[in-house]
Formats: sequence, C-alpha cells, structure tokens
Amino acid sequence: MKITLDHVTKRFPNRNKKIREDVIAVNDFTFEIPDGKLIGLLGPSGCGKSTTLNLISGLEMPTTGRIYFGETDVTDIPAEHRGVGLVFQNYALYPHLTVLDNIMFPLGNLRGSEKLTKEQMRDKAMEVAKLVQIDELTERRPKELSGGQQQRVAIARALVKMPSVLLLDEPLSNLDARLRLQTREELARIQHETGITTVFVTHDQEEAMSISDQIVVMKDGLFQQMGKPQEVYDRPDNLFVAKFLGTPPINVFEGTVKDGKLYIGDEAIFPVKLAADDSAPTEDASANASSDAAPADGRPVYVGIRPEGFLPKENGAFSLTLKKIEVMGRDTSVVATHEKAQAATIRAIIASDEAVHEKDGIVRFDIKPNKLHLFDRTTERRIDYTAL
Amino acid sequence: MKQKLRQYKAWLYLLPAILFLGVFMVYPLIDVIIYSFEEGFNFVTRTSQGTGLFNYSYVLHDPYFVQALKNTFLIVIITVPLSTGFALLLSLALTSIKPLRNLYQTVYFLPYVTNTLAVGLVFMVLFKKTAYTDGMVNLLLNAFGAPSVDFIDGPYWAKMLVMCIYTVWVVLPFKVLILTSALASVNPDYYKAARVDGTRPSRIFFRITLPMISPMLFYLVITGFIGAFKAYSDEVALFGTDLNAAGMNTMVGYVYDMLYGASGGYPSYASAAALLLFLIVLTITCINLMVSRRSVHY
Ligand SMILES: Nc1ncnc2c1ncn2[C@@H]1O[C@H](COP(=O)(O)OP(=O)(O)O)[C@@H](O)[C@H]1O
Ligand SMILES: [Mg+2]
Repeated sequence: MKITLDHVTKRFPNRNKKIREDVIAVNDFTFEIPDGKLIGLLGPSGCGKSTTLNLISGLEMPTTGRIYFGETDVTDIPAEHRGVGLVFQNYALYPHLTVLDNIMFPLGNLRGSEKLTKEQMRDKAMEVAKLVQIDELTERRPKELSGGQQQRVAIARALVKMPSVLLLDEPLSNLDARLRLQTREELARIQHETGITTVFVTHDQEEAMSISDQIVVMKDGLFQQMGKPQEVYDRPDNLFVAKFLGTPPINVFEGTVKDGKLYIGDEAIFPVKLAADDSAPTEDASANASSDAAPADGRPVYVGIRPEGFLPKENGAFSLTLKKIEVMGRDTSVVATHEKAQAATIRAIIASDEAVHEKDGIVRFDIKPNKLHLFDRTTERRIDYTAL
Repeated sequence: MKQKLRQYKAWLYLLPAILFLGVFMVYPLIDVIIYSFEEGFNFVTRTSQGTGLFNYSYVLHDPYFVQALKNTFLIVIITVPLSTGFALLLSLALTSIKPLRNLYQTVYFLPYVTNTLAVGLVFMVLFKKTAYTDGMVNLLLNAFGAPSVDFIDGPYWAKMLVMCIYTVWVVLPFKVLILTSALASVNPDYYKAARVDGTRPSRIFFRITLPMISPMLFYLVITGFIGAFKAYSDEVALFGTDLNAAGMNTMVGYVYDMLYGASGGYPSYASAAALLLFLIVLTITCINLMVSRRSVHY
C-alpha cells in the first residue's frame, strides 16, 4: 500500500511546562512511500522519527495535514482500523504469555464474521512463526529468548494479521553488533517475502543504507531528502545529509569559488563551472546577491569531500598535513589535518596498494570530482557544478 | 583459611541483628509455644500445674473465643476482597483521569495519615444513636423512610456492617497508593501495541493490565489477609475496650483480654489463642502462595 503524507505537521505541548512554545516534532512533511518497498526513516535522535511513525500508525493524530493509504484518506481513522503492524524498540512482548500466545494475541481481537477458531489462530500464528524462523520456540516465554529471537516474535506478532503496512521503531538498536547485522538481513528477507510496505526507523545511517529500497532523511522535524540510498549518498541535497551519511563521515572544508576555480586555502583544487541555476532560491535572490555580487573575493562555499575521494599524487593539487597512516587490510586510512577543515582531523581512505608520497609532513592528493560536493555557505544547500 | 575468616566476619556483622531478633522475636515465640502447653502457668510463682493440650481445649470451648473467631473471619472474608477490589477500581479511575489527579490522590490518601481513634470518633458521629440525635446515617435512612438503627449498640449485623465499612475505608488508601504506582509502571508500549491490534478495553484489562500488576495485587491480598486477621484497634475505636460485651471481639482482642483485660491474667490461654491465630494465618498464606503460583506473573 502506497503511503502519502500531505503537509503533515505534529505539535506537542512542551514537556517542560515553563516553556510555553510547542514542540514541533514533525514539520510540514510531504512525501510518498511507494507500495511494497522497504523504507528507512533516518535521522538523529529526537528529530521526530518515532512521531512520524506514530502518525502513520494512527497512535498520534496530526495537528494539520492529511495521510493517505493508497487513495484512502486515513487521517481520521483510528489505529485499529488502519491495518498496520507495529514493532516497538523494546518489542513490548507480553511477558506472561508464551511466544505462540503473543503471536496469536492480535487474532483474538477479531470479531463477528472475521472471528477465528482456536485452530485457525494457531495455524496462522505458526505460519508467521515459520516465516520469521521461530517455530521451534513457540512454547517459551519471551524472557527465555535472546534479543534477536524476541525481535522476531515481535515482528511475527505485527505480521500475523497480514497488515498492509508494517512499521518498526528502531527495530535493531537493542541488539548487539553481530546480531544487528544478521537481523537486518533477516528484516530485508521478511519484507521481500511478504511484499508488505515497510517503514523502519533508525538513527544508524549504515543500517538504513544497507537494507532500504529508499531512505528518508530528517532533521529537527524537517524533511531533508528522500531517495535510493546510493543516490542520496552521491547527491546529498544539503550539508546535513552529506555529513549524516557515510562512515567515515565526509570531510568538510571552507572554500571559495573564484575565477572558475575551486580554492581551499590558497590551493586551487580544480577548475569548476557552477550550474547557472544554482541552488540559491530565486525568491530570496536579493539576500544572496551579496555573495554573487562579490566576484573579486569569490563565492564562499563549503566543500565536502568523501573519504574515498582522495587520490594520492606526488604533485596533487590538494596538500594536507599528515598525522598518521592506518593500514587496515583491504584499504589504508590516511589521517591528516588542514587549517580550513571543520573537523580536527581529516580521514582519507585509499586502496592499500597505492603509495602515499609524504614530503616534509605534507601529503598531496588529487580529488575525484564526483566525490566532492559544494554547498552554499549560508543556506548549506547543494550547489551543482561541472568540473572542467 | 581466608574463606573461613571471611565467614566468621560475615557472622560477626550479622551478630547484632541476630541478637536483636533472637531476644525480641525468637525467644518470645518459643516462650509462647511453651506457655501454651503448660496448664495454668503463673507469672509470679513461675510454676504450672502440668503440660498438655488443656489450654487449647479451654480456648476452643470458650464462647468468647468462638465469637472472636467468627468476627475475625467475617471481617477478613468481607473486607479483603472488597477493599482490594475497590482500590483497583479507584486506581484505574485515578490513572485514567488527567485533571485534578493529584488532588484526588491526596484525598484518597488522607485516611492513611489520620489517627485510627480520630477516625473512630468521626464514625461514631456518623453512626451512633444517642439520646439527642440518631446520627447522620440514621437521618439519611429516615429520609428514605427507613427506621433508625443503632449501629454501635444495636443488632449484630449493624455493628458488623459499620465495622466492615470502617475497615475497608481505613485500609483503602494504602492499597490505592500501591496499585496506582503499579499501574503507572506498566510500560505504555503494551497499551499502544494492544491499541494498534484493536484490543477491546475488557481484554486489555484482563489479559494485559491484570497480569502485569498481579505481583502487587497478590502482595496486597496477602498483607490484607494478615492485617485483617490482626484487627483489634479499629474495633476498640468503634466499640470501646469491652469488646466481649459488645460481641465484637477479635482474635487479637481475645488474646489481649486474656492477658491484661478486666478478667485477664491467663498467659497460658492467651498463648494458646495466639498460636491458633498464628496457625490460621500460616495456613491461609500458604493457600495464597499456592494459588499465586498459577496466576501471578513476575
Ligand atoms: N508526547 C509528547 N509530548 C511532548 N513532546 C514530545 C512527545 N513525543 C515526542 N515529543 C518531542 O518531539 C520530538 C521528536 O520526538 P521523537 O519523534 O520521539 O524523536 P525520535 O524518535 O526521532 O528520537 C522530541 O523533541 C520529543 O521531545
Ligand atoms: Mg524514537
């Protein structure tokens, strides 16, 4: 089922009673989640991911805006009639019931013509238990299971009614690192087998990137960008998205575009031509005019360079002060500093068979243009450019 | 060697507690057991006329004891379920309202911090029939066309009714306090999950809420039983010290009367009665524990 959010806003009265101003947990969200896909809702803690999920499930009502499942407006439909399955971060399994009873619990709520016999409930529950591979454990209590197994039970319970939408809030964050890797593949498999439109929330970009068909990045209640993980990684719309995706994170420098060249410090990295319709919005062009109208000093920009965008060259255009070199098997990590960098250290990842030429504590690189992103210094929006 | 030393040290640290418990709890308990088998023990001469079950036989045939036993059982059987049930209803109501919750919580807690005798006095004003007035409750009864009843000096059922109302009222606040905090500690995610699944409120209550708070509920039932079996001061507050005459004596009251009452001075009978009470409470608690094994989820 396709899910559409249309200018959805959710305000909460501030929990701190001294502050009168509302918290805007979700601010004017408009996006469409395609049918049958696995969508990762990604953002730092407190940015409104859970609230977005609760709005879709119907546990929270939007302050303004509409929500559609397919073509149906579900905004005023209560949670129990939306046909969603919900998985909580702490699983919320009923501790006094066996695994089987936990999975059957939602089926026991069916009334009237939908009412099932005990046998039918059992069969259905066993079917999803098999799907999530816990059919051996159905007689146990939740506390006799490992975290990963509990997670599967929670997913089974959410799936047993065959919801049209499956929502998972930080489904993997209570698992240890190894199990997390395993379980996320499992999650992708289950989604693939059932074909249920699935939205899962995470603050871990790697998790979202690895299994999602599409990711939605948000920050402070504001929608940032949506797209296929690789596309968002390769073309971040703004500095926040660029910084949030990727490990090690992108290296950010202060730079200038002057006379058709990109400068970081005094070094010209390479010649660039900014796209004519650069990202400065037309309506506040006058505000931005100052930066455009000072061609003599050039246009100040943020330069983001992915760690894999550095090519070691003896006479490369970009020089960094070397701190250390970490060899980690397949590739080598060059840790360096630069006075125009935002972070204290810069990290470049290069293939371990490539040589680093160090001279007087300086290493030189050429930069791969498609790994370098430019952002406006004030709006932090992406500036499209062509490398000449 | 080192381990031995550490063991001695542990005992050394435990010594004050053991001494204290030994002198003030274990020794008297053993003493009571011994007294209860010694016929006509005399405190002054510290002699007895023989050993055997004579004291038990005497107590069990004493009409006052039988009356006290009956009263105690009635109070237990009526007030424990009633007060626990009421407390649960009140706590559920308190948890589901938002405005004025703190005010209500304070109001419900007031009886707990009020002196028993003061509460008894208020009940007297409400229920007692005197030469000048029939009391508030009787005035109400009259308003509905019912005749006046003397609740304090009148028929047995009336006295028992007041006694039970009083007991429930006095024990309610503690139970409400425990149950509201038990309800508040249930993870709200359980309710969210149930809501998304379209669970009916009755099913939520019986399949989720009740099992979740069952340990606390069980604790309240056990302590409620024990507390009700030990009832005494509440009876005194309502009916005065001569409970035998009022026909409202309890087991603890009987023990007290046997020791210090106007007709007292019989430690052997008192001990036998006390041990009978102990056995009853023990049995009931064991039954409770057995029942709980099936229905309480920790
Ligand atoms: N019921 C609520 N009452 C008040 N503020 C809330 C409530 N729920 C969430 N918020 C606030 O909304 C913001 C977003 O919360 P949430 O959606 O839980 O973030 P996330 O899941 O991304 O960590 C936070 O600032 C949080 O404090
Ligand atoms: Mg959250």
